[in-house]
Amino acid sequence: MVIAFKNETFRDDFTFSNSPAAIRRFPFPFHEDKYMYSVNIEPHVPGPKGSVYEFPIDIDEHYVSEMRDRELVLKADPGRCQALPHMMTAQWDMLELLMTSMARDYPEHFSLTQDGDRWHWINRPLGIDQKFTFGDVKTLPYEPMEYIGRQCQGDFSIQDQRDGQLWMDAGIITTQADWSLDFDIGMNFFEWHGPVPLAHQAGVFDRALKFLLNLQHGRPVRRLNWTMTINPRLDTSPENYHKWGVDRTTVTPENVGDKVHLRVELQGLWRLPRSNTILFSIRCYMIKMRELVTVPKWGRRLPRVLRTLPPELVDYKGLTRYRDTTLEWLSKYDDGAPTTLGCGPD
Amino acid sequence: MTASYLRRVKVAEVERVASRIKRFRLVDVENKPLSEFSGGSHVTVCMRAQDRVIRNPYSLMGCPSDTSSYQISVLKVDNSRGGSQFMHDNVVVGTELEISEPLNLFPPAKLARKHILVAGGIGITPFMSMMSELDALGSDFELHYGVRSAAEGAFCKLLEARYGSRIRLYLQDQDQMVPLERILSNQRLGAHMYVCGPKPMIDWALRTATLAGWPDESIHSEQFNAPPIGKPFVVKLARSRREITVGGHQSILEALEQNGIDAPFLCRGGACGQCETEVSGCDGFIEHNDHYLSEAEKASGRKIMICVSRISGDAVTLDL
Repeated sequence: MVIAFKNETFRDDFTFSNSPAAIRRFPFPFHEDKYMYSVNIEPHVPGPKGSVYEFPIDIDEHYVSEMRDRELVLKADPGRCQALPHMMTAQWDMLELLMTSMARDYPEHFSLTQDGDRWHWINRPLGIDQKFTFGDVKTLPYEPMEYIGRQCQGDFSIQDQRDGQLWMDAGIITTQADWSLDFDIGMNFFEWHGPVPLAHQAGVFDRALKFLLNLQHGRPVRRLNWTMTINPRLDTSPENYHKWGVDRTTVTPENVGDKVHLRVELQGLWRLPRSNTILFSIRCYMIKMRELVTVPKWGRRLPRVLRTLPPELVDYKGLTRYRDTTLEWLSKYDDGAPTTLGCGPD
Repeated sequence: MTASYLRRVKVAEVERVASRIKRFRLVDVENKPLSEFSGGSHVTVCMRAQDRVIRNPYSLMGCPSDTSSYQISVLKVDNSRGGSQFMHDNVVVGTELEISEPLNLFPPAKLARKHILVAGGIGITPFMSMMSELDALGSDFELHYGVRSAAEGAFCKLLEARYGSRIRLYLQDQDQMVPLERILSNQRLGAHMYVCGPKPMIDWALRTATLAGWPDESIHSEQFNAPPIGKPFVVKLARSRREITVGGHQSILEALEQNGIDAPFLCRGGACGQCETEVSGCDGFIEHNDHYLSEAEKASGRKIMICVSRISGDAVTLDL
C-alpha cells in the first residue's frame, strides 16, 4: 500500500485537513452517547484492514508533514526530547520496535536490513539512508530514541519500572495535549497523573498501574483518550500556552466547523524486552467538526456526549469557553434518532 | 494469560550441574528466535503430566541478548507436588514443553551504584542472567553465594571463571556463612541488595538489611512459592454460581482450570499479583502463602491469591 503523503501545516496558516478516506478511518472514541473515565484498556492486536489498528504502528497521509512539524518544535525547544542516563538500553529497545514494525508493515516506504548488530535503515518518504551499529550510539546522528522519534508519528515516553512503580524517565513529546515532559520527567505514575480529576477517587490509577507492572513483552495494550483543540495545532504544550491558549476565545458560530477539532490519542503500552521498561506511544489524530459530521452517527453522538459531560471534565479538557458554541453548531446534525453501539460509522 | 499465549519449545540439552540440579536448554520448536529478556526474568513452564497439567515458574539463566535458546535450572525437590520431579524424571532431550513469554519481577535497579547479590542454593538462577546484564553494562556488582557443599553448588566454577573476584563462595559443610552483617554495614550510599534462596535465608537477609538501616527501596528479593499441600475444601463461585472441590494437592487456581474456568494468572508463585481475587465469605481461615498482599490486606480476609493460598476449613466464597 503506497500512501500519498500530504503537504500541510499544523501552525500559522493551518492547512491540515483529512481526506475522505482518513475521515472514515478516524478513531472516533465514543462507543455510546455519553462518556466517563474507565480503565478502557484492550489488547493492541491487529484490527480491520485500513483501520488505524491494522498495524501496531500506524503511518498515515499526515506522516511527512507531522515529521516536519516535530523538527520545528525540537529546534525551538530541545527540552521536548529528554532521556535520563539509565535509559539507554530502553532507547535501543524502542528503536528496534519501531524500525521492525514500520519496515514490516510499510515495505514500500521503509526498509531495515539486520546483519547481527550491523543495521541498515532506509526511510524513503524522508529521504534517509542510515547504516549503523545496533547498541553503539556513536553510529547514529542522535541518541536512538530521538533518531527514530523524529521518523515516527506519535509522541513516545519510556517508563522505567522499579519499586513497584513506573517512572517517566525518557520521552520525545512534541504533539501533546497540554502536558510537559520537562515538568513530568522523573515522576512516577501517580505523580504525573496527579492533575486528572475524578479518576483517582474511582481507583482507576491503582488498577491501571497494577495491570501495567505485569505487562508482558509481545502483548501490547491500547486505549483511546480524547480532548478538543482549536485549530489543527499538534503542539499544544504548556510551554507554548501563550501561543494557543487564546485560540479558545476565537470560536464563533460561523467558524466552528473549521476551527474546532476533536483530538483523539491512540495510546499504546508496550513492554520493552531488554530494559524491562514500558513504552507509551501517544498517536494523535485530529478531525474538524465539518469533517466529523460527514459521518451521520458521529454527528448525532458527539453533541450528546458533550452535553452530558461532567463539569470537571469540561474544565480539565479545556472546553469551557467554546463548548456551548460548538454544541449549538453540532445540534443541527442530531435529529434525535437512536445511534448504534460501537464507535465506527454505520 | 491463557493457553494461546504459550510458546512451544523443545529441550535441546540436559545437563546435571549439581547432585540435585539439572540445567535444561530450550529452543523454539520451529527454531524461531525467542524473545529478548531482561536480567532477573522468569518463564512459566507448562508440563503435561499423565493426569494433570503442572505449571511452574523458572528463572531464565542465559545471556539476555541470546535469543537462540533459553536456559533454566531445576532443583529436584522430594515430596513436592511433582513439577521438579517431572522435569528430572520425564524431560529429556527432544521433549516438547510450553512456556510463557518472559516476565521480570526481579529486575536490577537501574539507578543503583552497586549491586550486592546474595544467593542460596537454587536461588542462584535469577542472578545468572542478572550478572550477564550488569557485566555488559559495566555495572559494579558482587555475588555472595552460599551452597551446602561443593558437590551441591551449581555453576561455581563457571561463575568464578567468568567474574573472578566478584564471586564469593560459602560452603556450608565447611561452616562458611555469608557474613551479611559485615557486608551490608560497609556500603556506600546507592548500593542495592538482592536476595534469592530458601525462605529462611530470604527472611534472614531482609531482617539483617533492615537492622543495618537499609531503606526498603534498596532491598529486593524473589521467591516463588509452590502451593503448599493441605486438606480438600470447597470453593463457591459467587458470580458463576458454581461449587468446586479443591484437592489436597491442588491449588485453587488449578482446581478452577481443571473445571474449565478461566481465571487470571501470571507467575503462579504468589509474587506478581495477577490472580488477586476478592473473598466474599469464608467458612474457615485463609492460609495466605503469597508475597504480594500487604499484612493489612491479609488480615482483612477480603483477598486471596488463588495460585498459592488456600483455606483451612470447609468452604470459601470467591467473587468469580
